[in-house]
Amino acid sequence: MESVSRPSSLSARLLDRVPVLGQILQRPLGALGFVIVLVFVVVTIFAPLIAPYDPAKQDFKNLLTPPSRVHILGTDYVGRDTFSRIVYGARVAVEAAFPAVSIALFFGLLLGMLAGYTGGWVDGAILILVDSIHAFPMMILALVMVALLGPSLTNVVIIIAFAMIPGYARVTRAQVLSVKENDFVEAELNLGASTARIIVRHVLPNILGPLVILAAMDLPGVITFEAALSFLGLGVQPPTPSWGSILSDGFRNIFITPWPIVASGLTLMVTTLGFTLFGETLRDVIDPRLSGTKGI
Amino acid sequence: MFTYILKRLGMTALVLLLSMVLLSLLVQVVPGDAAVVMLGNRATPEQIQKARVLMDLDQPFYVQVGRFIWRALRGDFGNDWYSGRPIIDYFKDVFWHTFVLAWASLGLAVFLGVPLGVYSASHPNSLPDRLLAVLSISFITLPSYVAGLFLLLLFAVRLKVLPATGVGNPADLWDYARHLILPATAMAIPWVGYLARLVRSSLLEVLNSNYIRVARAFGLRNRLIFYKYALKNALIPTVAVLGMGIGGMMGGAMIIEAIFARPGMGTVMLNAVSARNYPIVRAGSFIISLLFILSNLAADISYSWLDPRIQLGQGRRR
Repeated sequence: MESVSRPSSLSARLLDRVPVLGQILQRPLGALGFVIVLVFVVVTIFAPLIAPYDPAKQDFKNLLTPPSRVHILGTDYVGRDTFSRIVYGARVAVEAAFPAVSIALFFGLLLGMLAGYTGGWVDGAILILVDSIHAFPMMILALVMVALLGPSLTNVVIIIAFAMIPGYARVTRAQVLSVKENDFVEAELNLGASTARIIVRHVLPNILGPLVILAAMDLPGVITFEAALSFLGLGVQPPTPSWGSILSDGFRNIFITPWPIVASGLTLMVTTLGFTLFGETLRDVIDPRLSGTKGI
Repeated sequence: MFTYILKRLGMTALVLLLSMVLLSLLVQVVPGDAAVVMLGNRATPEQIQKARVLMDLDQPFYVQVGRFIWRALRGDFGNDWYSGRPIIDYFKDVFWHTFVLAWASLGLAVFLGVPLGVYSASHPNSLPDRLLAVLSISFITLPSYVAGLFLLLLFAVRLKVLPATGVGNPADLWDYARHLILPATAMAIPWVGYLARLVRSSLLEVLNSNYIRVARAFGLRNRLIFYKYALKNALIPTVAVLGMGIGGMMGGAMIIEAIFARPGMGTVMLNAVSARNYPIVRAGSFIISLLFILSNLAADISYSWLDPRIQLGQGRRR
């Protein structure tokens, strides 16, 4: 990893380049990503205004109907309006993804800074711990934890956060190691600055930017993972609408109607694509050095 | 080189040990009595006691951990508390279905992804290259279960040209292969995009390096430089990624197996999760993470062998 040469905070860096958004919008794919993210945000905030029906309301006169003027994306097997469920499902995606990523980021930062700053056996111990969590594919970790804790939205958040801590801890550690090498840290140390001061004033501002970008780029993955868990019945429980549970309801009736699958599948597809395009463009604009640090 | 492999092996053993400790310790984080939580409120005291003994929950935790590790290393995961059957048998029966599926999808991903990446890198910034970039990122972000459901809907439900469920008859190769097509394609799609991107960027990087410039200066033909010198080195990162991929795919196969109702590691584990049968889940997790850890090891070693500049501690894993 290239060393971070300039002591500047994320906010300062953003202010340096006020027209970040302008630069994103100049790139066609970035603009497309921005529009999709914007639509997603608007839908989550104004879900009750956008959804024509209560997502749990059953309309027994219209079961598994194709799109019509009454239900624009059709209905599911108990007559719930698919469009309304997708709109509210966006809220569930946010309720799972944001807390999970924030928690993982917090603990990842803590562990990574501890490892990178302290060094020695603490570093070794944390690395091994992080590696052994990393030794499980995320889905397997989720299965183990659902088997023990049972399925619920809270547990989904815990599972995702737990599985993502190692990634952030590793990145933080690498960043701390490179920041630590800088002359200005050395100078502060010689002036008698405390560890806390160095971490808060120098290390944190320098590593926060890259980490926040990485976290933003993780969001689409987390959204699809939550949907995957809910699809398998291991996540959000009915009647709460998650894009994954809409898919699984559709899957059960796949021989009768394709619409719930097509609608929620396309929503998931477009949303993850939008978030990824936006995240990658953001990264390229703000900090091109980061490109290539992370495959998806 | 030798010390590198030795160090790497030591690390692997340590990680494996710790992950097993983690697996057996996780039972402790369950609020209340794990056996009661898993068997439910309707279980009789005898059943609960039996489960506690089977899972060693009546022992102190270090005995639990020790026994689990000792037995697991010999392939013994105890007997199922419902059927009395050895747990390992559940996985033995279906392991190959998952293994074949994972390799088939990885093979398909290489077959499609690498040529696309090579084409892009040899025509940088052309219109096809730009279209391929958009296609790759769309593939990468397409969740494999959404791809699986769409493929199922189109080819099995609507067009009825391919089978929707099961693995087919293993004795009939043609039938078995037909049942592989849809699930393997679904799992391969994100990898096609990923490999195309990876091959493109590493090939472009290599083409910009000094030794290629020297070869050009010596007047070697472009085609020769490209295929003989550049491509060989550019494929090294791909090898490493593939090593990790096979382990990841064994874990990722679960949701695809559920969609196509294929018997496999994932289906066994999913059923166990619904039944809150932790010993089976734990055994399956151990087997899959063992494969995952070993494939990472193989990837790292082959990577350092192909590219001796790589040393321990500077791995490309994040």
